[in-house]
Amino acid sequence: MIKKIFVALAIFGLFSIFLPIMINFDFHQNLSELSTQYVKGSVEDLNSQNVVTSVIVTYRGLDTLGEVTVLFLATAGIGFLLKKRKGKKRVASELLQTSSSFLSVVIIMFGIFIFSHGHLTPGGGFQGGVMIASAFLLLMLSDVNLELNHTILQFIESLSGAFYVVVGLIGLVLTIGFLNSKIIPLGEYGNLFSAGAIPLIYSFVGLKVGSELTNILDAMGGD
Amino acid sequence: MISTIIIILGIIMIVAGIIAVHLKNLLAAIIVSGAISLLASIIYLILGSPDVAMTEASIGAGLTTIVFLFALNKARKEDKND
Repeated sequence: MIKKIFVALAIFGLFSIFLPIMINFDFHQNLSELSTQYVKGSVEDLNSQNVVTSVIVTYRGLDTLGEVTVLFLATAGIGFLLKKRKGKKRVASELLQTSSSFLSVVIIMFGIFIFSHGHLTPGGGFQGGVMIASAFLLLMLSDVNLELNHTILQFIESLSGAFYVVVGLIGLVLTIGFLNSKIIPLGEYGNLFSAGAIPLIYSFVGLKVGSELTNILDAMGGD
Repeated sequence: MISTIIIILGIIMIVAGIIAVHLKNLLAAIIVSGAISLLASIIYLILGSPDVAMTEASIGAGLTTIVFLFALNKARKEDKND
């Protein structure tokens, strides 16, 4: 009984905190000073169509590097804790096998499109990486005896992580700043090869996230 | 109009959250919590942030649900072995 009263009080307290925010809620009509700088700088300074991508990769590039590191540590932890065991396996149906072998290629291509066009269209390395991992999940569900080549996966993962840091360090050597995307010529606005190093960095992030999540799914669904 | 849609989606999300907590069937609870993420991604899309909507739909509704399903499968197998 007392427990329920406390829960009700907690919910009421949260409600009373959020009520003034909800009443005063209004869609922002004007950008704040910082946002104006980002929107202007993304077009004039970095030549990137997608403002979100230029904030994530360049203005807050160090945070993204930290995020990728956190994901790497999570993958390493899961790999240590979960051992792959061999058990009884159910064979997938003919329909699933045929369709997934066709669909997975299309999904991988779409994932590569998402992360290589991160500076032009919504999306980027993380979303594209998850899509690639979901294509491998489809393959794992359809073919139960699928053995992923872990050497290649680790090779892709560690190399793309290392190159991400190297691209950041090149900026430091050229004294523009760590992870600054102006180390490569900016190109023409709206083209695939524009916005400096942003597509390069996002491709590394996409490959790294894709191989890491494939590893996680393989370790978890292995038995 | 837009705020009405958002409020309706938000109410559905709250109801789905309560259902997910009270469901006895864990498999159904995982599916319902995946649906909450999908509704949240629709709200992000309406509010004009397609990047966040994509992340929420792919990671929240897709990957997290699958990881939970795998974990549930593993936990059930451990229970049977003991």
